[in-house]
Amino acid sequence: MEMPEPRADIIAQKARIVARLTDALPEGTIISDAAETRAYECDALSAYRCAPLAVALPRTTEEVATVLRLCHEMRVPVVPRGAGTSLAGGSLPTADCVVLGVARLNEVLETDFANRFIRVGAGRTNLSVTGAVEADGFFYAPDPSSQLACAIAGNIAMNSGGAHCLKYGVTTNNLLGVTLVTMDGTIHKIGGAHLDAGGLDLLALICGSEGQLGVVTEATLRILPKPEGARPVLIGYASSEVAGACVSDIIKAGVLPVAIEFMDRPCIAATEAFSGAGYPDCEALLIVEVEGSPAEIDEQLAIILDIARRHDPVELRESASEEEAARIWLGRKSAFGAMGQMGDYMCLDGTIPVSELPFVLRRIGELSGEFGLKVGNVFHAGDGNMHPLIIYDANTPGEQEKCEALGAEILKLCVEVGGCLTGEHGVGIEKRDLMGYQYSPEDLDIQMAVKDAFDPGWLLNPAKVFPLASSAARRMAAE
Amino acid sequence: MMRPGTEHELAQMVAGAAGPLRIIGGGTRSYGVALGEVLSTAGLGGVTLYEPGALTLVVQAGTPLAEVEALLAREGQCLPFEPMDHRGLLGTQGTPTIGGVVAANVSGPRRIAAGACRDFLLGVRFVDGMGRVLKNGGRVMKNVTGYDLVRLMAGSHGTLGVLSEVSLKVLPVARASATLALEGLAPGRAVEALARALGSPFEVSGAAHVAAGQARTLIRLEGFAASARYRAERLCRLLAEFGDWQVLPEAGDLWRGVRDVSVLGDGDVWRVSARPSDGPALAALVPGAVAVFDWGGGLIWLAVPEGTDLRAALGAFDGHATLIRGAPDTKARLGVFAPQAGPLAAIAAGLRARFDPRGILNPGLMSPPEERPA
Ligand SMILES: Cc1cc2nc3c(=O)[nH]c(=O)nc-3n(C[C@H](O)[C@H](O)[C@@H](O)COP(=O)(O)OP(=O)(O)OC[C@H]3O[C@@H](n4cnc5c(N)ncnc54)[C@H](O)[C@@H]3O)c2cc1C
Ligand SMILES: Cc1cc2nc3c(=O)[nH]c(=O)nc-3n(C[C@H](O)[C@H](O)[C@H](O)COP(=O)(O)OP(=O)(O)OC[C@H]3O[C@@H](n4cnc5c(N)ncnc54)[C@H](O)[C@@H]3O)c2cc1C
Repeated sequence: MEMPEPRADIIAQKARIVARLTDALPEGTIISDAAETRAYECDALSAYRCAPLAVALPRTTEEVATVLRLCHEMRVPVVPRGAGTSLAGGSLPTADCVVLGVARLNEVLETDFANRFIRVGAGRTNLSVTGAVEADGFFYAPDPSSQLACAIAGNIAMNSGGAHCLKYGVTTNNLLGVTLVTMDGTIHKIGGAHLDAGGLDLLALICGSEGQLGVVTEATLRILPKPEGARPVLIGYASSEVAGACVSDIIKAGVLPVAIEFMDRPCIAATEAFSGAGYPDCEALLIVEVEGSPAEIDEQLAIILDIARRHDPVELRESASEEEAARIWLGRKSAFGAMGQMGDYMCLDGTIPVSELPFVLRRIGELSGEFGLKVGNVFHAGDGNMHPLIIYDANTPGEQEKCEALGAEILKLCVEVGGCLTGEHGVGIEKRDLMGYQYSPEDLDIQMAVKDAFDPGWLLNPAKVFPLASSAARRMAAE
Repeated sequence: MMRPGTEHELAQMVAGAAGPLRIIGGGTRSYGVALGEVLSTAGLGGVTLYEPGALTLVVQAGTPLAEVEALLAREGQCLPFEPMDHRGLLGTQGTPTIGGVVAANVSGPRRIAAGACRDFLLGVRFVDGMGRVLKNGGRVMKNVTGYDLVRLMAGSHGTLGVLSEVSLKVLPVARASATLALEGLAPGRAVEALARALGSPFEVSGAAHVAAGQARTLIRLEGFAASARYRAERLCRLLAEFGDWQVLPEAGDLWRGVRDVSVLGDGDVWRVSARPSDGPALAALVPGAVAVFDWGGGLIWLAVPEGTDLRAALGAFDGHATLIRGAPDTKARLGVFAPQAGPLAAIAAGLRARFDPRGILNPGLMSPPEERPA
């Protein structure tokens, strides 16, 4: 993956830049020693790494504003960072940048159960938001698998989803307000504890903007009362066509499961070997989970099982206890780990119309054969968000390039059938140069014009999201 | 009046426009303070794609809302955000279009549970102020490819571009519903009851208090029949301290009344978005106002004497007030939309200047009075 040439004039002034920042901020905020900044050289797309000029770890919104104001004055690029779990290289530094980490802004600032919201520092981890309200019977719905580590800041910047988003939506559907600092150091409050921000929907623009419009320091999040209970069923089919048809019929029937997860044969085989969850030997497996009181769960599952039976399943497994439910989820939850045992992997994230599932799975199988790389599929079937996992060996010369080429083919396929490049992981550097497959030059230009309005100098995370060639003129003009 | 029949024609007309354009959907009188030659999207009708099994609908922006709703109803589906019909309130005629609904992000009582119009919008095609045809999003449920201009366009009231096509997520109509009703609560107590209901696990899909005439508090549950009955029973017990709730099996008319605020009488009508628990105290600041509290109290509709500067009466609060019905000079004096903080207003103006560099799309509608063309 190509990155722009770092600016030699900035690197040459490192000492002065670090000194100005250090002088303006409390001790321990700025680190520039190579050994200390090592932890910030990459995110979860760890094939790519780069040492930044310095790292700033402020504790307050005002300190964030100071860092940005000074960097703006000195024309130094800034890469915002939450927990560094991005799979797309969103928080990958450049050699001429200051990484601005918000992990220290992690306090709970306000909880309000009558109005059902929580306000937190953006560095707070996703899981600990739920942790702060669950004793009172509430939870924060978006639940990325990385929720133990990832920060709300990164969730907002990537508009992250999770296993339960079929029912509860993704980050943007659960975000009520933010405090945002723009590159010039101005502090903005957008939205709040009420449902609609006034004026243009700037909150929606911030959500999913990958750290390119401003730095989020605080977030007001909607919290929901916990359901009375939940229960999964497992359904096995002899073909992915039939499994796909079953998913479509469930959705149409008016039951709203919290999750419909799909695994294909390569993935089932890998998780069986790894976790011994006792999954059936079949082509496609669905896990469908519903929520409510025991009677409501029975009512919904009766409808789902009835639909499932009409499609002639090879296996239908209900859960009568917590333990049986956990066994149904065991293989799914260990899927990434299991695939990881088979080698290095790259996790794709394209979304397709649910109706195209069988065709896309077949094509991925063919492409996997052509490239000679194993691909396992485990994904959120209810919303068509695929997660093909390509297995490769990073130590074999040329294999990573081959894996990236296969990944690109699969993502193009997603776009061709009416879908998109990324459903929840974001573009970052990983899908940056594929954007032209989904969008015309004009479509990309209007998006870049949005960045112009927030960050005219193109200093915030400038090398991401847009193909380098399309953003070149703007990045150069800013220099 | 300009009336393009295709997206291409629309683009040419906008590109060739010599002055400001007033964009209208299905011929219902446009509101606010926008001036200029009328550009109607009514000629852009028709369904591009409807896949009930994938819950997706792609439709031309000028398609009448009624046509969309009838098409969905045949498959037992609906627009879950329950868009209101403003015609009664505003005394206008005509046919609301799906593009108008999206451009105004019109969302009814179910917003608290299902989400707003913007939450069901998957993709848009539009023509910007230079006449460029642009798209964003698509027709799939999850999409974070690039910036979210889809939601930005929802609620931009035609100031950033003219929508030509929208894709929406739809949902099956609930098989059954039950409504808890109680008369005579004061707004403060009512909003407390609504908060208690919304904080329960019973998935409330409507929570309103109508404070006109005989005050009535309404709580709606939807889903499968047995489940709706079960939850209604549990809620009646949970809320017993507020009074003896009546359970109505069919209350469609009542909810349409809440959605379309049909009880509001004469005067100007404002729509206030606030922290739900602040709602009753805010409404009390305007003596004599008729109030409908929706969204658990977070949305307050107020009918007030003509010419009232409601924003001045309410003072500073966490939220904002929009003037929905009022005389043209009142709208011009007070502005339809609440002014934003300076730096945010500058960003919004910067966005408008980039989407519409000539300033010809509904000019002035969303900008502060001093920036409005004379
Ligand atoms: C704050 C507010 C005030 C309102 N005031 C009125 C009112 O005074 N009169 C009234 O009839 N309704 C009003 N409405 C309701 C709203 O216009 C209707 O609900 C809408 O659905 C009617 O559809 P329409 O096709 O008639 O749209 P219109 O009433 O013609 O247009 C509604 C808004 O959307 C814009 N618009 C319409 N179609 C497009 C398109 N394809 N692309 C881009 N922009 C478009 C218009 O310029 C206008 O700003 C108001 C809504 C809100 C939120
Ligand atoms: C094992 C694993 C499982 C995962 N599962 C899921 C999943 O189920 N669903 C899902 O959606 N994602 C998933 N992810 C991806 C990742 O966890 C999410 O994208 C997450 O939201 C990133 O959060 P972060 O705090 O780690 O962000 P970072 O990696 O630090 O940053 C991500 C992006 O956000 C920007 N950013 C960070 N902080 C700020 C700020 N304060 N203001 C503005 N911009 C900022 C960065 O510049 C960057 O572009 C997974 C990742 C891993 C490693």
